[in-house]
Amino acid sequence: MGKVVFKRSEGLSKKEFSYCPGCTHGIIHRLVAEVIEELGIIDKTIGISPVGCSVMNYEFFNCDMQQAAHGRAPAVATGIKRVRPDNIVFSYQGDGDLASIGTAEIIHAAHRSENITVIFVNNAIYGMTGGQMAPTTLIGQKTTTSPYGREEKHAGKPIKMSELLATIPGASFIERVSVHDPAHVRKAKKAIKKAFEVQVEGKGFSLVELISTCPVNWGKTPQDALNWAKENMIPYYPLGNFRTPEEDGKND
Amino acid sequence: MAKVMMKGNEAMALAAIKGGCRAFFGYPITPQSELPEYLARHMHKYGGVFLQAESEVAAINMVYGASGAGARVMTSSSSPGIALKQEGISYIAGAELPAVIINVMRGGPGLGGIQPSQADYKQVTRGGGNGDYYVLAFAPENLQETVNIIKESFDLADLYRNPVMIAVDGLIGQMMEPVDLDVEISKKDLPEKTWATTGTDGKRPPVNVNSLFLDAQDLENHSFKLDKKYKLIKENEQRYEFVNMDNPELVIVAYGTMSRIVRSALEILNNEGIKVGLLRPISIWPFPEKAFNELPDSVKGILTCELSTGQMVDDVKIANDGKLPVGFFGRTGGMVPEPEEIVQAVKDMLRGLK
Ligand SMILES: Cc1ncc(C[n+]2csc(CCOP(=O)(O)OP(=O)(O)O)c2C)c(N)n1
Ligand code: SF4
Repeated sequence: MGKVVFKRSEGLSKKEFSYCPGCTHGIIHRLVAEVIEELGIIDKTIGISPVGCSVMNYEFFNCDMQQAAHGRAPAVATGIKRVRPDNIVFSYQGDGDLASIGTAEIIHAAHRSENITVIFVNNAIYGMTGGQMAPTTLIGQKTTTSPYGREEKHAGKPIKMSELLATIPGASFIERVSVHDPAHVRKAKKAIKKAFEVQVEGKGFSLVELISTCPVNWGKTPQDALNWAKENMIPYYPLGNFRTPEEDGKND
Repeated sequence: MAKVMMKGNEAMALAAIKGGCRAFFGYPITPQSELPEYLARHMHKYGGVFLQAESEVAAINMVYGASGAGARVMTSSSSPGIALKQEGISYIAGAELPAVIINVMRGGPGLGGIQPSQADYKQVTRGGGNGDYYVLAFAPENLQETVNIIKESFDLADLYRNPVMIAVDGLIGQMMEPVDLDVEISKKDLPEKTWATTGTDGKRPPVNVNSLFLDAQDLENHSFKLDKKYKLIKENEQRYEFVNMDNPELVIVAYGTMSRIVRSALEILNNEGIKVGLLRPISIWPFPEKAFNELPDSVKGILTCELSTGQMVDDVKIANDGKLPVGFFGRTGGMVPEPEEIVQAVKDMLRGLK
């Protein structure tokens, strides 16, 4: 028999993903699952599902899960982590969830340096509710609630959560990555791994923002969506590390 | 332990610790702030967690998380803060998690005032958040009863896997009374929390704390399952007290601080030879409907007395089922009546009945 070069991660259940074809939520799930498998922490991990397209990811991750109200995942994670400090707790949130209704919760979780890991999926749109404008929607981007394209005068500039959170002293690890091609997927995995390691080492709040796609609501083929993310999102949302525990304190 | 003089809010905090509470998440609001302040000073001595959240919304969601992870957990607030917690309470009820919530009520609507009030009756007893759900709600009238109920509430919450709310008003939170915190509360036979997210430890399949049911049939099944539980709670947990039930002409229904004032009014009336009884709901959800079947034949009418514009009247009418005339006397906005005002209301109602 040949050598196994790729297999389904132990961090995932047998359940088939419910995402649209070409949606990068699936890739991000796999990365998170591989990381908790490789770190040997599946058994003690507790995840928080958001409200959004990934609302049912409690069916996909092979660890204990709690489903949270829209935007409140960081508060739920805080409640869990405070009473079970030896468990590993992560939240998985979309941009509507984290950058709109849940801005207070994410900012204060970072501010307290809750020892949790946040997986922040930025697809610049509300996927689940049918493609409305998000705080992260790009200028000129058409959505069902910005039918003529987002205008700065009307809706403000798209919010840069990683940059914003990196100004908070309690934020230990903040990195923005993308999953639009295999090389970037590998880098994304490294960042996710680092974010979980920061938590394992008790170093406080870690967050990875992932530039993701929503081919269906962007009205694009999966490949065009990947190209669009690369050409339009990354210039506005630059990839890179905004904060690591080693240089903690630089923004104090 | 002997009785000690304690302020209401602090006695409630200590009662929670004695009831096994080991996690508290809250946000300051008058007139309940001494409660979290007490826990901030003492919770760590019991190995527990105290955290001041950034908002009521965050606090109740922290409660959801901690409860889902198996902890005995509490939050407290006052009326506008409870309004903000309703989203989380609905999720807690939907996911069938235990939690204890203290509401030290003040006047509303909106920012209202900070004086004692019972104008949250409907917010407390009608779910308050979205969906088909109820919370067990108790409205004790003095500190000893409050302390006993808080201690028991942690068991009740675990037993029914449901939020339990203690609805007192600012007066009970702020007053001092002698209280024994070590009264034995009968322990319930509680099942293990096999549903809690504690990490699988490689020993069991993953568990999931959740209130989402995308399939309508699944959600209906879940709602009917919850409803069955609520019916069981209605059967088992209706609590009330009768005072002066020796053939009264009229019965007053009043709870909490209002029932204390009614007690003084009853004395005045008694001295004047007017026989009036008191039916005091201790549980306001479930409402003590059973008590109304026990009213003596001498009763010609019911007077509902509240620190609101009459939020409990509907429940009294439903429980009374059209048998007797139902009147109302209330002050609200933080106004607390003198016993004489109730005496007058009783006399007015009796005159109308003749
Ligand atoms: C309190 C509340 N408000 C609104 C909604 C409706 N809602 C569901 S998903 C969603 C947007 C989610 O968008 P995002 O977080 O970007 O995730 P995506 O679907 O794009 O993955 C909204 C507004 C809700 N469920 N709850
Ligand atoms: S709607 Fe968009 S974000 Fe949601 S699953 Fe489909 S492609 Fe993915």
